[in-house]
Amino acid sequence: MMLSELFGKRLDRLSNLPLTIPRRGRGMVYFGLGVVLAVIFMALAAPILTPYDPTRTVGNPFAPPSLEHPMGTNKLGMDMWSRILYGARTVLYVVFLAIAVCMVIGIPLGLLSGYFGGKLDRGLSMVMDAVYSFPSLVLAIALAVALGPSLMNAAIAIAVVYIPTYFRMVRGQVLSVKSEQFIEEAKILGLPTGRILLRHVLPHLIPTIMVVFSLNAADAVLTEAALSFLGLSVQFPTPDWGYDLYLGRGFLLSGYWWLVFFPGLMITLLAIGFALIGEGLSEQVRKEVG
Amino acid sequence: MGGAGMKDALVVEGLSVRYFTQKGEVKAVDNVSFTAGLGDYLGIVGESGSGKSTLGYALLNLVPPPGRVVSGKVMIRGRNILELKGEELRKARGSLVAMVFQDPFTTLDPVRTIGDQIKEVMTEHGVSEEEAEERIPSLLESVGLPARLAKLYPHQLSGGQRQRVSIAMAVALKPAVLVADEPTTALDVVVQRQIMDLVEDVRKMGTTAILITHDIALAAQRVEKMAVMYAGKIVEYGPKDAVLRNPAHPYTRALLNSVPGLRVSKWPEPIPGFPPNLVNPPPGCRFHPRCRQAMDVCKKEEPPMVEVGPEHYATCWLLSRR
Amino acid sequence: MGVGLARYVAVRASLIIPTILILYTLVFIVLRILPGNPIIAALGTKNIPPEQLRQLEHQLGLDKPLWVQYFDYLWNVLHGDFGKSLVIRGRSITQDIVERLPATIELSIFALFISLGIGILTGLVASIKRDTVIDKALRVFGAATYALFIPWIGLMLQLFFSIWLNLLPVSGRIDPSVNLRVVTGFYILDSIITGNWAALKSALSHIILPAFTLGLVLSGPYTRLARNNMIKQLESNYVFAYFARGVRKGKVIRHAFRNALIPIVTYAGLQFALLLGGAVLTETTFDWPGIGTYLVEKVAYRDYPAIQAVVIVFAFFVGLMSLVVDVLYAYLDPRVRY
Repeated sequence: MMLSELFGKRLDRLSNLPLTIPRRGRGMVYFGLGVVLAVIFMALAAPILTPYDPTRTVGNPFAPPSLEHPMGTNKLGMDMWSRILYGARTVLYVVFLAIAVCMVIGIPLGLLSGYFGGKLDRGLSMVMDAVYSFPSLVLAIALAVALGPSLMNAAIAIAVVYIPTYFRMVRGQVLSVKSEQFIEEAKILGLPTGRILLRHVLPHLIPTIMVVFSLNAADAVLTEAALSFLGLSVQFPTPDWGYDLYLGRGFLLSGYWWLVFFPGLMITLLAIGFALIGEGLSEQVRKEVG
Repeated sequence: MGGAGMKDALVVEGLSVRYFTQKGEVKAVDNVSFTAGLGDYLGIVGESGSGKSTLGYALLNLVPPPGRVVSGKVMIRGRNILELKGEELRKARGSLVAMVFQDPFTTLDPVRTIGDQIKEVMTEHGVSEEEAEERIPSLLESVGLPARLAKLYPHQLSGGQRQRVSIAMAVALKPAVLVADEPTTALDVVVQRQIMDLVEDVRKMGTTAILITHDIALAAQRVEKMAVMYAGKIVEYGPKDAVLRNPAHPYTRALLNSVPGLRVSKWPEPIPGFPPNLVNPPPGCRFHPRCRQAMDVCKKEEPPMVEVGPEHYATCWLLSRR
Repeated sequence: MGVGLARYVAVRASLIIPTILILYTLVFIVLRILPGNPIIAALGTKNIPPEQLRQLEHQLGLDKPLWVQYFDYLWNVLHGDFGKSLVIRGRSITQDIVERLPATIELSIFALFISLGIGILTGLVASIKRDTVIDKALRVFGAATYALFIPWIGLMLQLFFSIWLNLLPVSGRIDPSVNLRVVTGFYILDSIITGNWAALKSALSHIILPAFTLGLVLSGPYTRLARNNMIKQLESNYVFAYFARGVRKGKVIRHAFRNALIPIVTYAGLQFALLLGGAVLTETTFDWPGIGTYLVEKVAYRDYPAIQAVVIVFAFFVGLMSLVVDVLYAYLDPRVRY
């Protein structure tokens, strides 16, 4: 009898998850989603959307936007529009890779730490809190320096810096769910811990994980761009929005605004896109809870 | 209902208050009239949703949006507070009519000392800083609090003490009318009595006290006149003893029956049914769906107010039949 | 203020230390244990005769066991000595930091005020115009500002105000032709102290763009906080009671605002880490000579001791800020004190 109650309650709870998007915050989510999907499309369809190779000279240097080169060319005559399109690939690659690593490490750690508590939890929490409270960019810079400038290392640096975010969030949720009755019942039934965590605790975290993921993706985009803006990530001639800013910055005084305007705009748009998804989702999660 | 005498401090005539919500117009207070003289003690008794709190707010012309007074007069010492606006209205609140609220835990500003808050009530009404400062100790003492409490913050006081502070603020300017909206509901029984004593005390200053409560037994202990509210209307009204001993309205009888010690018949009789929807109240007498003695006319027309004894009135078709 | 507050402060202060230690350890591990000889990396070449390399290593204490180096450095830091630069031989890092810090602090303070100003103002307006289009627009604004890429905003502002409109200087902290006698290191303060109005004008015109950039990006959360908290206060019972007691509307709003301020102040402290991170980007974009640009320079040279030092300094300030916020919070909200 208890088992079916357990089942019933779980289904009950799962059905309370925002599987449909309630009214509040909907606009923001759709808009943000639109932006992000557009960028993904740009990255995937790059070869169709532009005939040029972004790493080769295809026109006169410093050409302003024109029909041939809708976003102009840079110092070496590379087409900026192509660099933007292919740059989307770089950004998305780094960001998704970093966040994947983050989640793979941070979420299980948070689950275990929150569930078992004790000294492990306290020690781990202290380390995570220290890293979390520190400016993420500065830490990412230090890590990227140590590892050496490369795309992969930038991804690693970003991943390390954001692990505490997932850890804390998951741990907090686990703590609040831990004392609920159905968890007690599961323990009494002798269900293996792994099962409890996976089947009974994790589903509740999904809404929050989605929110944190979106907001985190926004942060990661900005951090990646910052690292390459500082010359710590990609190498020449890889197309990357932040890197283009780094390259084009010196020519601002000469008035070559397109070198800087378009890459920066894309970074901001993508970050805003993720941010709006996150904010929109969080308004709904809050509604459900409160 | 007794003509407006020279001594009437409070005259309410045809007061109607409605809340304009998305679900419709809630007729919270409908055509209510009553009077109270200097130093009188009037109790307004009713269930939650009867409109009694809204009536209280209306006496200060402070009905919160989406509510609004739609008709009627509230004359306090000859001035219609519903006609006052802006600065005049603001000054009237606190000095002409004042209110003590139900929950002492949330009605004081948590980040300011109570001394500051009491002082402000006075300085906002033209009293000088120095004089206000001087009056604080005696005000506190008049509600049974030591003067040194003025330096403390609300969270450092107990619920009973905070309510006393509220009373002190309400009487600081010697208002003509004091409205006490469920002043003891959030407090325990021992403290209740002390607070009720204080409310009664204001009458000595000539202030008219209005007690709004759902607890008819509490009202029965203290008030002189009683008004029973149901679904936004006053269904019975008169001297306390008269209302308690000879309740004329079926609702009053039912209400009294539900309280041991006040019963009019042998066994407690629960009132069947639920309080009505005030967006679409029942036609005719609003109580008819729950009234055992409902007649045809009750379902169609609103009963008139009928005199059943000296200064004792009730609105029920049963009475007109006589 | 009472014993309660003092003790509260002491407890909070003691928490800074473990945080700094953890961060220092983390950075130390990362910088040292990873492969590569720091001197070679710093000098950028592998062509050094081995004896000279060993001599350099000995000079810089790099031949000692790692754990000794760890504690040695820590010990020195406790005495205020951040060591010497690896790259610029003999140059004291401590001195560098002391020279650069005021610039960053000055920028941060201005940016903080701008962000609070923008945030609180927009939040107040949103709370008054609740549920209207203005409110919704401002809420989106609040959600999106932190996603603005600082270098981009900074560069665009430079383009617009400095290059196209020629109203403000492009970068730097002050016009080099202006002769300012530096007293505190805070140029704005110094120019007022020394009565040098040309310097004041120059310093102010130089700080506007970077402070505004950083302030704008950080203002978002305050918009939401100010709005939600103001609404919450305005709906609360004590505000209703204030009106019932005949207190003037303006005064009531002021009282409600004071209550609403508490979470805003707290958040300001929590945001300090973001402020520092943003300062790094802002300084780089505007060539502002602060700790941020110092870090980036040292990063380019792989000057490890300097990088370590900057991390420690940052960690210290983050901790200090959170302490200041706690104290301020206790001051504003008497319920916390007793």
